[in-house]
Amino acid sequence: MNLIDFLFLVFATLAVGGGLLMIFSRHPVSAAMFMIISMVSVAGLFVLLESFFLAILQVLVYAGAVMVLFLFIIMLLDVGPEGSKSSKIKLLSGLAGVVCFGILMVFSLILVLNSYPECSSCAVWPTLDDNNLVLGQSLVFSTSVKSFGFGLFSKYMLPIQVAGFLLLAAMVGVIILSKKFVREGNPS
Amino acid sequence: MESVTPHYFLFLAFLLFGVGFLGVVIRRNLLIVLMSLELMLNGVNIALVTFSRVGLNLDGSLFVFFIMTVAAAEVAVGLALLVALYKKRQSIFSEDATLLRN
Repeated sequence: MNLIDFLFLVFATLAVGGGLLMIFSRHPVSAAMFMIISMVSVAGLFVLLESFFLAILQVLVYAGAVMVLFLFIIMLLDVGPEGSKSSKIKLLSGLAGVVCFGILMVFSLILVLNSYPECSSCAVWPTLDDNNLVLGQSLVFSTSVKSFGFGLFSKYMLPIQVAGFLLLAAMVGVIILSKKFVREGNPS
Repeated sequence: MESVTPHYFLFLAFLLFGVGFLGVVIRRNLLIVLMSLELMLNGVNIALVTFSRVGLNLDGSLFVFFIMTVAAAEVAVGLALLVALYKKRQSIFSEDATLLRN
């Protein structure tokens, strides 16, 4: 068992275990803490897949910004642990969730094991070369941030503009949603 | 890096998606439902990066970038909706969000 296998095992266990503890924890604050564990281990998996820029983005965006937002809202709303709901609804939703989870797992196992025909001559993980950014029509995967910038500002020029506009729209939407409107002539 | 094949990463991605889906279905605290949605998006991100790495094509990684942008915007709007719901109903449980029920 080499180092990569060991690291994959550790990060996969932490990601799935953190997710499971998150969805089964009673208190929202502990759920947020377990979610941080899960997000950081997903960043570790990105490092194992040699996309370091995405790992940094994952830590910055998810474990940083999104979790701070969640914790702020938990603090603002002051929600405690939830009470027990009626047992009939609990049973029904639990049954539906477990059945859907089981179907998804069975189908994914079949799909994953069948979809990838074993090629004995080629390597499972192809070696990277960071020298050229494009090969024919497609962008080449590389570990450098330069290739990301090149891709985003050449092939994905319109989508990145749309993403910027989406962030602006989300900001305006949040301001409108959380603003208190006071009717004119009705000062109460 | 020969013994960990892409199968492992793909199955892990499915597993994370499934755990997130389980959280969306069985929880009724809407905050935790939003967190589970993030977990589902993370599973999809792992699958996309795996395919991008195996196929030596950067498009998957760039798509992960856009998914992160959309997820951040989604969380901001979702939490604002949650605060609005709390102001109206004093509760963030899903069974209290009955404004559209007849």
